[in-house]
Amino acid sequence: MTDVAPAVGRRWKKPPLIKSSLWRWTLGIGIAFYLALAFGTTEVDWGRVAEGIPRGARFLSGFFPPDFVSRWDEIVQGISESLWMTVTSTVVGIALSIPVGLGAARNLAPKPVYYFCRGILAVSRSFQEIIIAIFCVKLFGFGPFAGFVTLSFATIGFYGKLLAEDIEDMDPVQAEAVRASGAGWFQWLNYAVQPQVMPRMIGLGLYRLDINFRESAVVGIVGAGGIGATLNTAFDRYEFDSAAAMLLIIIAIVMMVEYTSGYVRKWVQ
Amino acid sequence: MLRLQTLEKQYKTGDRALKGVNLEVPEGQIMALIGPSGAGKSTLIRCINRLVEPTGGKVFLNDLELSGLGAGALRRARRRMGMIFQEYALVERLSVMENVLSGRLGYVGFWRSYFRKYPQKDIDEAFRLLGRVGLDHMVDKRADELSGGQRQRVGICRALIQNPELLLVDEPTASLDPKTSRQIMRLICELCKERNLSAIVNIHDVMLAQMFAERIVGLKLGEIVYDGPPDGLTPEVLTEIYGEEDWEATIRKVDEEDTGETLEEALHEDHRAAVLDRNLMTGN
Repeated sequence: MTDVAPAVGRRWKKPPLIKSSLWRWTLGIGIAFYLALAFGTTEVDWGRVAEGIPRGARFLSGFFPPDFVSRWDEIVQGISESLWMTVTSTVVGIALSIPVGLGAARNLAPKPVYYFCRGILAVSRSFQEIIIAIFCVKLFGFGPFAGFVTLSFATIGFYGKLLAEDIEDMDPVQAEAVRASGAGWFQWLNYAVQPQVMPRMIGLGLYRLDINFRESAVVGIVGAGGIGATLNTAFDRYEFDSAAAMLLIIIAIVMMVEYTSGYVRKWVQ
Repeated sequence: MLRLQTLEKQYKTGDRALKGVNLEVPEGQIMALIGPSGAGKSTLIRCINRLVEPTGGKVFLNDLELSGLGAGALRRARRRMGMIFQEYALVERLSVMENVLSGRLGYVGFWRSYFRKYPQKDIDEAFRLLGRVGLDHMVDKRADELSGGQRQRVGICRALIQNPELLLVDEPTASLDPKTSRQIMRLICELCKERNLSAIVNIHDVMLAQMFAERIVGLKLGEIVYDGPPDGLTPEVLTEIYGEEDWEATIRKVDEEDTGETLEEALHEDHRAAVLDRNLMTGN
């Protein structure tokens, strides 16, 4: 108790994020240098930009007024194809992602299964929907079936990963308690794991439905059917007013799904 | 009825949590296991039902050796051991009834449990137990709507509906206030006596251990350093278990300050709270 010096004037500074000052400076200067080079070598033809602005304005004005009437039948056909694709691919994708997600949860699966399932998820997530769609169109031909396969595959990566992460975050004590009663593995899943992850997974399922609908419009552009295909045709024929109508319908449907999913999420909590 | 033979547990990190523990618990005995944090109390009871895999030694439940059992046999053995947890460990999003019935999972098949179609006698037993602990008016409430004491009573029902021979109780009162702690300990002891169950109770609170247990075992760094009656806990013994401290206040005569207030009183309070809840909801 003798050497407690009165700590007056003792300085304190927040310790830096990167300890070594050499590293800190190298990283900082390196990033600044790269950015300077990157922006310095970007070629922008300002004359073309100036010319492009009125062209863009003319393009946009072609959207008004939106024409719902003249291509109505194709729009209905495209939307219903897209909705079919959305619903089926979400259901099938989620159904397939459940076993993959269970296998990819570190606290559930043995090491080999874990790595295998993580591998599936990594492959599914590393390709953008468009790339898979191009591949599927080559494989199955034009039309919504290719879109359905694409979106199902993409859903596995998205939903499986989030499911696995949610399972890894669950409360282990609740799970332990159910195991202690002598429950079998599937009973344990049903009583200890499912109640803990369900609310979030329902919310994410609806979110994926929303994503799949938007993606269904995109994959259509490369030939995988749905409203995307109809939209693409409209652009090709310079029918911008019909295209505008389709875009409005897509926005309306996305907003509808958005509000519904918000409501459902609150309700299942 | 329960016998541990040189039970060993070494974690992957290298910590030896149990160093050859020998222990025998006769039928109908309530034994308190005390010791500082990290002494291996939780590991010990989890090694019995193999929520933690022991790395050496044997566990006998009557004549059945538990450490060598395969998955199916272990499942059947776990039915005979009820467990009560520190933070209640109820599945929070399941209802009170589902939590209690989950104690029967070892007895029913998957589809029956999936559709919650339990045999009527299980449901009768669940109602009887919930009635016994004063919660039969809350069967369809979600577990996370209950108070701490109520949750622990549901936890007790879940352990008892297994119809166990042995209760493994891990810090049942650690997250409860002093009064509720006593009610819960009293309830556990009463129920053990009614059914002639043995129990191992991990407990931090030395005074509570002395009040309710017939036998106290002190664990320190994975070894038993005291095994004897509650009144054998002298300051010297407590120093041996926990280290140097002024122990006089801890071991003063406990009976004097036990007000002897009963479970019925506690239940009465609960009912009053429930009535209040209802009144609030109907706007009275």
